[in-house]
Amino acid sequence: MTVKHAELTQEIQRQAKELLASGEVAAFLGFSAGSLPMTTRPFVARTPQEAERLVWNSFCTVNLANYLPALLKSLEPPRSPKDPPPTGPLPKVGVLATGCWSRNIVVQIQENQVDRSRLVILGVPSRGMVDRKKVLAALQGKEVLEAQEDDHSLRLKGKWGETELSRWAVVRDNCQSCRHPNPVLFDRLLDAASERQAQAPFSQIEAIEAMSSDERWQWFQQAFASCIRCYACRNACPLCYCSTCFVDDNRPQWVGKALNAPDVLTFHILRAFHCAGRCTDCGACESVCPMGIKVRLLTQKLSKDILTLFGAEAGMDVSVPPPFTTYAPSDQNPFECDTCSSKGKKE
Amino acid sequence: MDWEPKIVAFLCNWCSYAGADLAGVSRFQYPPNIRIIRVPCSGRVSANMILSALRSGADGVLVSGCHPGDCHYISGNLHARRRFSVLKNFLEFLGIEPGRLNFSWVSASEGEQFATVVREVTERVKALGPATRLVKRIEA
Repeated sequence: MTVKHAELTQEIQRQAKELLASGEVAAFLGFSAGSLPMTTRPFVARTPQEAERLVWNSFCTVNLANYLPALLKSLEPPRSPKDPPPTGPLPKVGVLATGCWSRNIVVQIQENQVDRSRLVILGVPSRGMVDRKKVLAALQGKEVLEAQEDDHSLRLKGKWGETELSRWAVVRDNCQSCRHPNPVLFDRLLDAASERQAQAPFSQIEAIEAMSSDERWQWFQQAFASCIRCYACRNACPLCYCSTCFVDDNRPQWVGKALNAPDVLTFHILRAFHCAGRCTDCGACESVCPMGIKVRLLTQKLSKDILTLFGAEAGMDVSVPPPFTTYAPSDQNPFECDTCSSKGKKE
Repeated sequence: MDWEPKIVAFLCNWCSYAGADLAGVSRFQYPPNIRIIRVPCSGRVSANMILSALRSGADGVLVSGCHPGDCHYISGNLHARRRFSVLKNFLEFLGIEPGRLNFSWVSASEGEQFATVVREVTERVKALGPATRLVKRIEA
């Protein structure tokens, strides 16, 4: 394992053990090693012994903020809906947070999904997570039996022998275009702040914007044609906490449930739009997609527009209201047609 | 050509719907292509509704509400303005023709204005032809 990540694993285990042993937190949310090489799984340590299973490496692609609301709720004493809310301090949870995850926690605090006073956030400046699909593509489908990382390279072993890849070349798109690798909200920071800063964060979007309307429609149809509607992108998303998602609604049925192209596209449009102004580009949706669809491009387009139109970025500051919960008299006006702008103005 | 577009119009109860009413009472002619759905406020209209209209085969969608500052609920239309400026860009980014999705401000006193808006929107959608993108068709 890389020197940096090995150090961080040690530090995370040490701090998690300390937090659990002192009773400051009832559970610690992190990652444990996955059963296959290049995978990790989200892991809740509840005893200092369990904290020894925590790891930190380049494959922590799932967003931990996704598990917070349910985990916090599970630690509350059971009560029926008519019972009064519990009084006194409730058990706390320790959680790891990179730049994007900490911003998701900020969004969840703003949306009253988590209680800041019940969190102990260990900030980890992100070095970018590796996209497993990029690695597999680089190896042309050869099966990886063992993966080792150094600070700047990945060594992959299998029956064919050994291959070494540059780490940055296989880092996820969203990490390569990341502008906020450092946590914005934390109690303890485990490492020195990262200084990496993407130069052209929206270059992928600009390439699509440069196409004609027809070309974009072709691109959109083709890019999402392989979707199997498993909803992994939704389930991995820390913003998708509605108890009934619009895709599960029957009356009205917003979107059909079969694998019909317009339904699939409508699902993706609405899924992305529901994340508008809230998405922190953590890339979890894209990482979990079993079909390798670049679902993140949709939310990234929305982030770009919201940044240009309203100068807002999701989750940067708890005290700044999210862009869609507020307004400014000077906002751009889409309600503008030729007549309304000239004649329709009220005196 | 016989084809006439079907346009779904989401009109806010307090301004645009009353504007449409005034257009009728004042006998202003406008194309009969719109199907009006009365909503409490333009802020009530969600992306789900707009896409639902397109998916069900509407050739165009018009959302109309009170002028900024005139909202019966103080700020519903201002919130809607933010949401729809992003939605409009987003749908155009994905290749939905500009002009399928239309927005306007029409107050209760602007009957003639309402007729003009509808005429314009109808012309724009007619020029685009029948909607095919995002329309769900049931194969026989």
